[in-house]
Amino acid sequence: MAEFIQYLINGLSQGGTYALIALGYTMVFGILQLINFAHGEVYMLGAFTGLYTSKFAGAQISELFNRLLNGAPDQTSTLTAILTSIVIVLIAMVVCALVGLCVERLAYRPLRSSPRINLLITAVGVSLFFQYSGQIVFGSDPKAYPDLFENLESWTFGTDENLLVINPLQVFVFVTAIVLMLILRHIIFHTRLGRAMRAVSFNHDLASLMGIPTDRVIAATFMLGSALAGAAGVMVGMTYPKVEPLMGSLPGLKAFCAAVLGGIGNVTGAVLGSFILGLAEALLSGYGTPTYKDALAFAILILILLVKPSGLLGVHRTEKV
Amino acid sequence: MGLSNKIENTKSYAGLMSLRWWLLAIAGAWALDYVLPSMLSPYIFQILVLAGINVILSVSLNLVNGFTGQFSMGHAGFMAVGGYLSAFLTTSLVEHRPDLMIDPATGELLGTAVIFYFGSLILGGVAATLVGYIVGLPSLRLRGDYLAIVTLGFGEIIRVILLNTDAVGGARGLSGIKQFTNFGWVFTFVVITVFCVWRVVHSAHGRVLQSIREDEIAATAMGVNTTQGKVRAFAMGAFFAGVAGGLFAHYLTTLNPGTFDFNRSFEVIIMVVLGGMGSISGSVVAAIVLTVLKEALRPLQQYTGVDLRMVIYALVLIIMMLARPKGIFGTKEIGDLFRGRKKVKGDLT
Repeated sequence: MAEFIQYLINGLSQGGTYALIALGYTMVFGILQLINFAHGEVYMLGAFTGLYTSKFAGAQISELFNRLLNGAPDQTSTLTAILTSIVIVLIAMVVCALVGLCVERLAYRPLRSSPRINLLITAVGVSLFFQYSGQIVFGSDPKAYPDLFENLESWTFGTDENLLVINPLQVFVFVTAIVLMLILRHIIFHTRLGRAMRAVSFNHDLASLMGIPTDRVIAATFMLGSALAGAAGVMVGMTYPKVEPLMGSLPGLKAFCAAVLGGIGNVTGAVLGSFILGLAEALLSGYGTPTYKDALAFAILILILLVKPSGLLGVHRTEKV
Repeated sequence: MGLSNKIENTKSYAGLMSLRWWLLAIAGAWALDYVLPSMLSPYIFQILVLAGINVILSVSLNLVNGFTGQFSMGHAGFMAVGGYLSAFLTTSLVEHRPDLMIDPATGELLGTAVIFYFGSLILGGVAATLVGYIVGLPSLRLRGDYLAIVTLGFGEIIRVILLNTDAVGGARGLSGIKQFTNFGWVFTFVVITVFCVWRVVHSAHGRVLQSIREDEIAATAMGVNTTQGKVRAFAMGAFFAGVAGGLFAHYLTTLNPGTFDFNRSFEVIIMVVLGGMGSISGSVVAAIVLTVLKEALRPLQQYTGVDLRMVIYALVLIIMMLARPKGIFGTKEIGDLFRGRKKVKGDLT
């Protein structure tokens, strides 16, 4: 039983990061009908931003919080570790939002009126550009993440054969993911920007006629999605303390599969699909064959496209001329 | 307008349509296969063989990505299916029925062994077609770009399956494949591929594919079965990719799951995009140029120590889409450039 709960916890934590990536995919797809292949690379850049921030400024930030809250610069507590992590996540989010803005501005906006296949090829090009220039800039070997939670013990429950270990980091990742999703939900459904985004995604030309600055709304969508991917990158870097320039492609593709599973273009669906995928992967590697884990997302994708292409929560839309 | 232009082209290439020329070309290739090795260094000969395999790949992918307007990113996956199956077939024949393959007196391959080699190539292609059908159907039924992500995922599925299949060596890979592939075989299949794709594109089926590319909704309204058209093009592309995989496997003589990774798919994509989506001769030229360029850039790569090639490819792809989205040749063939054909106004393509 404890084993099962352990898998569930791993799955939820993994699902949380998938959800943060999938939200960016689903928002961009909803607004431009574009599979933004570069999204996985934004997530990678987020992880590297987090890495370098915590390497060069992590100690200072942590000292600052320690001094403010605990009175001494070298006295770490759970609270200060969490606050430091939050600051690092926020910095990565800002950097990734800017990257997303630049990508949209330089690569996608000039192609707004060209056929969709050209946009898709550009997206693939941008993705590969980041992957390979990342290898040149950061080096292709995996880099270790500094452990901000190193002094903190995991919470253990139960006895030896029924041991349940909960890492505070996993809880942090899960809670942060949930909080970010709630903020996104608020932005989409309760602000002017959110209403504009929904309008553009409903009908681009009509929204433009109603006076909505569609280009600016699309840029904002890219920034929001990229910021979330950046947060996911930092948190994955913290949990699996290795980052490398090619780390973005597979989780990115899987997150897209999760978005399709939930219903592409649907924000709640993306979160639901991601948690389903995270749990399914954790259970498959726990009880089945871990080697097949990486293929699971794509098997699910092919299955869902066969059975219900609009996804679990998606509504079937008929295409009009 | 774009379509009527295409129909005109059909007439002007009537000479190229006759089978005679193609057969002559194949015969010439086999003759060259005996002459060339004595004239060229093995290195250049190897580049020729690889260029031929790339031509098969890019022309067959052009059928899907260029003429039908779908976006497949899984050509390496189909290569893997065809390559592994055909290599597995010939190696197990050598192992279990050596009397059919190897001359007991000399220990060398029998002349008749090429029949089994040819059979294994075709079977590899057929297997790739079947897999392509299964993979393509769910995503090709839908509008939108699901094919791109499904084919990408398919490459990953194939890799995971190959890693876990002991019959083909798992992570160690498959080795000891006999080197059947030579210039003659490669060129024969280049001619067959170009011939088949050319004939399909310039037929009623080809106009169906191009109508799907131009406007899927309009094509449906005109009574075109778009799903069927897309699946047929995709399956045919997969067949030739499978054959190319077989040729490649019997040239390399060792395979492992990393041989057919995403970078291979991407190389083929860039050949198609660069050469012109919808131009067969463009694909041929781009495949040859990029194969040679890859070798030419090797010293630079050794000098700088980083794989600049992929960065350059990616940048070229982006700039190409911004500056000349149809590729260097667009939908034109090389012949059109010398013909001084008047440009049709209001060309939809």
